[in-house]
Amino acid sequence: MTLRNLIAELDLRVFAEGRDLDRKIAGGYASDLLSDVMGHAQQDTLWITLQNHLNVVAVASLKDLAGIILVHGQDPAPEVLQKAVEEGIALLGTPDPTFETCARISLILSRDEEDSR
Amino acid sequence: MEYSYTISGGDFTHAGEASSHLKRILKSLNLDPVLIRRTVVALYEAEVNVVAHAWNGKVMVDISPDEIVIVVKDAGPGIEDIERAMQKGYSTASPTVREMGFGAGMGLFNMKSNSDSLEIKSDPGVGTEVRIVNKIS
Repeated sequence: MTLRNLIAELDLRVFAEGRDLDRKIAGGYASDLLSDVMGHAQQDTLWITLQNHLNVVAVASLKDLAGIILVHGQDPAPEVLQKAVEEGIALLGTPDPTFETCARISLILSRDEEDSR
Repeated sequence: MEYSYTISGGDFTHAGEASSHLKRILKSLNLDPVLIRRTVVALYEAEVNVVAHAWNGKVMVDISPDEIVIVVKDAGPGIEDIERAMQKGYSTASPTVREMGFGAGMGLFNMKSNSDSLEIKSDPGVGTEVRIVNKIS
């Protein structure tokens, strides 16, 4: 599953495209604790969070995450958006809360995995 | 190769800039991606600690063919009980810092698990010095 396909399937808002919309998504990680993400998120996963400040982009970039999904219909803070563009990080948004977002992503990723078998 | 950076206490806007810069350097040296990630995660946690707890600090990075040595030295309140601070979940971060998603008591733990060697020296009321070494294999 690529970022581009997931964005289409979930009808996500795209605030910043990141370096490569065709990069593969390895999974997801949901957390609002930055040190938790630093400690546990795997590279190429999508980070689902309600945190909307500069350090989120730094963490996503340092951990080589596939992108960030802001939940609850938030617009990114202007400095967050600017930093995401600078760092080449995909910054996406959904009106849904975290649980629903994760559930839908999980379904799509597992279906995609079955299809590719 | 040596690099140094300064960190201002309380300045979350620029937290992580040393880590981001170091990541670009390590990438340009074509080092192993896992080593790069471990190193920048450890440095990021150290940077955030200075921003969250100290007044100001300095990062010194020395990259040799064998290892990456990072020293983060701050002027700040220091750590009273290092052993306790190393425990997962223990934190003295302020409510504001916690609201940003920091201060979950995982920073030092992350630093340790992402470095080959971690030394912490602290003088309460004066400051803290953290030395992170990662081997280049």
